[in-house]
Order: sequence, then structure tokens, then C-alpha cells
Amino acid sequence: MANIDHQAELIKAGAHVSGRWDKTMFYARRYPLGAIGAVIMVIFIFSALFADVLAPHDPLQTKASASLSAPNAEFVMGADMMGRDMLSRIIHGARISLTVGVASIMLGGFIGVLIGLMSGYLMGWFDLLMQRLIDIMQALPLLVLALVMAASLGPSLENTVFAISIPLIPNVARVVRSSTLSLREMPFVEAARAAGMSEMRVAVRHVLPNILAPLIVLFTAQLGAAILVEASLSFLGLGVPEPHPSWGRMLSESAAEYVRVAPWLVIFPGLAISMAVFGANLFGDALRDILDPRQRS
Amino acid sequence: MTEAANTVAQTSANGNEAPLLDVADLKKHFPISKGLLSRDKGKVYAVDGVSFHINQGETLGLVGESGCGKSTVGRTVLRLLDPTDGSIKLNGRDITHLSKTDMRPVRREMQIIFQDPYSSLNPRMTAGDIVEEMLRVHDIGTPAERKERAAELFERVGLRKAQLESFPHEFSGGQRQRIGIARALALNPKVIIGDEPVSALDVSIQAQVINLLMDLQAELNLSYLFIAHDLAVVEHISDRIAVMYLGRIVEYTDKKTLFTNPQHPYTEALLSAVPIPDPTIRRKKTILQGDVPSPIKPPPGCHFHTRCPYAEARCTVDVPQLKEYGPGHVVSCHLR
Repeated sequence: MANIDHQAELIKAGAHVSGRWDKTMFYARRYPLGAIGAVIMVIFIFSALFADVLAPHDPLQTKASASLSAPNAEFVMGADMMGRDMLSRIIHGARISLTVGVASIMLGGFIGVLIGLMSGYLMGWFDLLMQRLIDIMQALPLLVLALVMAASLGPSLENTVFAISIPLIPNVARVVRSSTLSLREMPFVEAARAAGMSEMRVAVRHVLPNILAPLIVLFTAQLGAAILVEASLSFLGLGVPEPHPSWGRMLSESAAEYVRVAPWLVIFPGLAISMAVFGANLFGDALRDILDPRQRS
Repeated sequence: MTEAANTVAQTSANGNEAPLLDVADLKKHFPISKGLLSRDKGKVYAVDGVSFHINQGETLGLVGESGCGKSTVGRTVLRLLDPTDGSIKLNGRDITHLSKTDMRPVRREMQIIFQDPYSSLNPRMTAGDIVEEMLRVHDIGTPAERKERAAELFERVGLRKAQLESFPHEFSGGQRQRIGIARALALNPKVIIGDEPVSALDVSIQAQVINLLMDLQAELNLSYLFIAHDLAVVEHISDRIAVMYLGRIVEYTDKKTLFTNPQHPYTEALLSAVPIPDPTIRRKKTILQGDVPSPIKPPPGCHFHTRCPYAEARCTVDVPQLKEYGPGHVVSCHLR
């Protein structure tokens, strides 16, 4: 219609960018715990992205003389049985553990949200069928299901992601379905229909944003669970295969044998897993509040 | 029943014009299904043969106790629920069986204001977005034009332009109801269905909102179907009033006749519940006993006989038809 005033648009865009930074700082002050979570997440993501630069040693390089050496100047977090640097392995491990955690949550979350929304929306036979399928899936423990899947697919990074994401689907689908069922009867959803909106638009614009809060909590909690399941799978030889460092396997393979002689082999990967889960949970809680307009002021 | 309703149509103020909204013998039955095989275990007769019409610029008040099916009438007329039987005509066009796609343009002509101002606005959208979305859905105007229209509507309903960016929880109940009104007005509808639009508000705010609705009606020549459970509220805004009981209309006439010369015992009882702001006036009190019977198993004969102070033997057997009592005044009662 009207001519676009590029200068004004640019200023607007520029103002927006600086506004966003101000906003971030505002939220950081308002949710200090969330800020700590965000910092932890950023550190892990950063080390995953730049592992090659950050790691002081090659994570796969063995050194017989350094076998099981305690933390020292050369090996800050000690070395494992084969004399590989623990710090480097943990930095590189962030790549695998975070990939497995985030990818399986994205995949499982996406399918779960889709099934949950459709179940809550379409109801009828689709819902009935899906709910029974989910009952079956939930009857099996997450680990057993992942184990069976990993065993039949064979150990690899992709298969680990699949094996972890599929058991996630029922949890997500259940939460989304129950929220959708109550939301679809809300007058504002009815108003959207009375306006002539398509069901798709109603679902995406009016239902989905209102189930964000339980979803974020669920996702951040599941991120920790996913990393732990990956650890268990790796322990059983069904996760990401050797020699790639994954926190889970580093923790589990040394736990039984070396915990007395070289506790640093257990402490540091364990710390990395706890920090990642802790950071994700803190960040998730703050994110949930920030995204809820009722919590803002 | 339809014939009797038509008589009212002819004798009403704009009798020679075709009514804007014409509802004939509308029925909505909800099946009750239980168990794995979804066998029908009966029906809820929520709306069981309701006829009325609304002319342009006119307000029809629809009153009745909770559970009598008045909200279902509103939702069925809007086609948010599919009618079981009967017909709905808007501007002479039958919209009873239109598909979802065909209903889309029709929705611009008919909008709804809800009872609960808290749950009727999406908590995750700004007030401006809620209003603009109506235009976006129907591809009206550019983003800038939509913004302008939302601002204009806000001012029209008594909100400030600056409040466009606020979220619903930052408003009071009355203000939220104004957002609901702005949303309903966004598409320039001809008919607005108010589903108890003031029942959830404070009495002082009720008056403000009703006055706003009446101003808008005068200005935009709107037609209202005003649903309420309280005759006092309806009295102020309505031209004609239909009294509903258990899925059926029992009395249907203009406001003045209803208030001065009610014929149905149920209307009488409802009127005696309206407070008179004058302590010296004494009037005969009819206090109803018990609750509305279940619409799953409505009583035989006249639905009202279980609570009617004048019920006779035939009331429990024969269903009374709506018959003309006076000009433009229909009643369904054996005793009139």
C-alpha cells in the first residue's frame, strides 16, 4: 500500500535489537536462577560447538604412561585407564550428550505434540486408537523400550536418538492431549471458531501457546532423563559406540572398576551430567515464566 | 408452533419486512453415549422446537433459568453446534446446513459476546491482537489498516488506544468485556448474539456495558439476541422477549406486554423475582419450588406442570402448543 520508509524500518529494527538486549538483561536480573541456568547451558553449548579448539588434548589419544593418573597440570581432570585426557573427553562428550538429549527431545516432542493435539482435537476413533497405543508404550519402562529399540537398530548416534525419542512420545502426547481437551472447550477457542478460523489455525494460534508451560517443564525434565538413558544404553554397549566420548559411557564404564582407585573418572562426567540437567531445569523454569504474559509486569 | 411464531412476525414493528434472522422449529438434541460400543443411552433435549425472529436494529431478549437451553440456542444459531432439526435463515438465506467453508463469509455477519470475560480472551495474545486477528482471518486490510481499525474499535468501546498492547489479565472484568465487544464488532456484523454478556459483571458495570451495547445498536443498526437469566437486565435492552423453559419457548411477546400482562405461569414467577425499587409496592409473589427437571427425561405434557401452581390433570398429558393470546403475544399454556 503505502511506500515503505526504509530508514524508519531500519531504525525500528535497530531499536528492536537493542530492546531485545535490554529485555534479556531485565529478565536475567528478574530470574537470577534462570540466568545461572542459561549461563550453564551456554557454556555447554559453546564447548560442544568449539570442542576441537577448546580441548587441550585429542580426546582419542591414548598415553600408556598416563593411565589412571590423578588430576595434574597436564591432565586437569585426570586421565582414564587408557591415558586419555578426561577434560578433553568431557568437552567432546558435550557434543554427543547434548546432541542426543536435544535431538531426541525435539523428535519425541514434535511427534508427541502432534499426536496429543490431534487426539485432543479430533477425538473419536483416532483418539481411542492412539491412547491405547500409548497405554501399551507406557506399560513398558522407558529404559527397556529404548534398550529393545537400540538392540534391534544397532549402536550408532542416530539410532540412540531414535531409541530415546520414541519412549518420550507417550508422556508428551498425554500432557498435550489433556490440556487440549480442556482448552478446546474454552470460550476463547469458541470465539476463534465463531470468527471462522480453520481448526488448524485454532490449534496452532490458540491451543498450542496455552500448553507451553507444562511442555517446557516436561521438556527440560526429559532432557536430563534422555542424557541418563543414553548413559545406560552406552553402559550396555548399545549407545554411541566407542571410541566416541559420551558422558554416560565415561561414567558407567569406569564406575564399577575404577571408582576406588580413580574417583575422578566418575566425579567429572557425573558432574557434567548433573550440571547439564540442572542448567536445563533452571533455564526451563525461568523460560516458562517469561513466556507467560500473566507473570510479566 | 411455527405458524404462531409467524403471527408474531407479522404483528411486530417491522412486520412487513423479512426478518434479518429467522429461526424456525430449531432442535438440538445431544446424544448420550456410554461404554465401549458407544450405544445411545438416550438424548439431552437441550433445545426442542424453538422459533423466533429478529428484525434489523432490534433486540430479542431470551430468558430462562440455567439449563433451559438458551445458550445452546445461541450456539446453534451461530452454527458452533449443528442443529438436529429446524432451520436458521439469515437475511433470507438458509444457513442451517452450510458447510464449514460456506459458513466462513456468513460468520462476518454474525458474532458472539460471551458470558465469562476471563475465559473468553486468549491469555497469550495482546488485546489488540485479539481484535486484529478477526480481520486477519478474513483477509481484510493491510497490517497497518488492521491496527488502525483495532485502535478505532478500542476507542469506540471505551478503551484507550495505548491498551492495545496490554494482555487480557491486565484488564478488569468490565474492560475485558469491552475487548470482547470490540472483537465481535471487528467484522461489522449485523447480528450479535450476547450469551449472558453482563451476568458475570458487577451491577454498576452491567449498566455501563448494557448502555454501550445500546449505543452501538443505535449507531450501527445492530440486531441483538440477548440471552440472560434475569428479566431485570433484559427489560432495559430488549424490544421483544422470549421466555424459555426446558428447551421450549413458553411465552413470546413485546417487552411492555410481557411486563404488564404476563400470561404464562412461568413468566409470572420470573417477574415476581424481579425486585421493585419501591418498598411500598406489594405484589403477589409466586415462588417456584424445586429445580428445572432434567432435559434428558423432560416431564410429559406441559414441561412446566411439575412446578406450576395451577397445573391440572390435562397439563400432565397434553403438550400445550404456542397459541396467539393477543396481537403479537403467544403463550403455550392450556389455561389461557
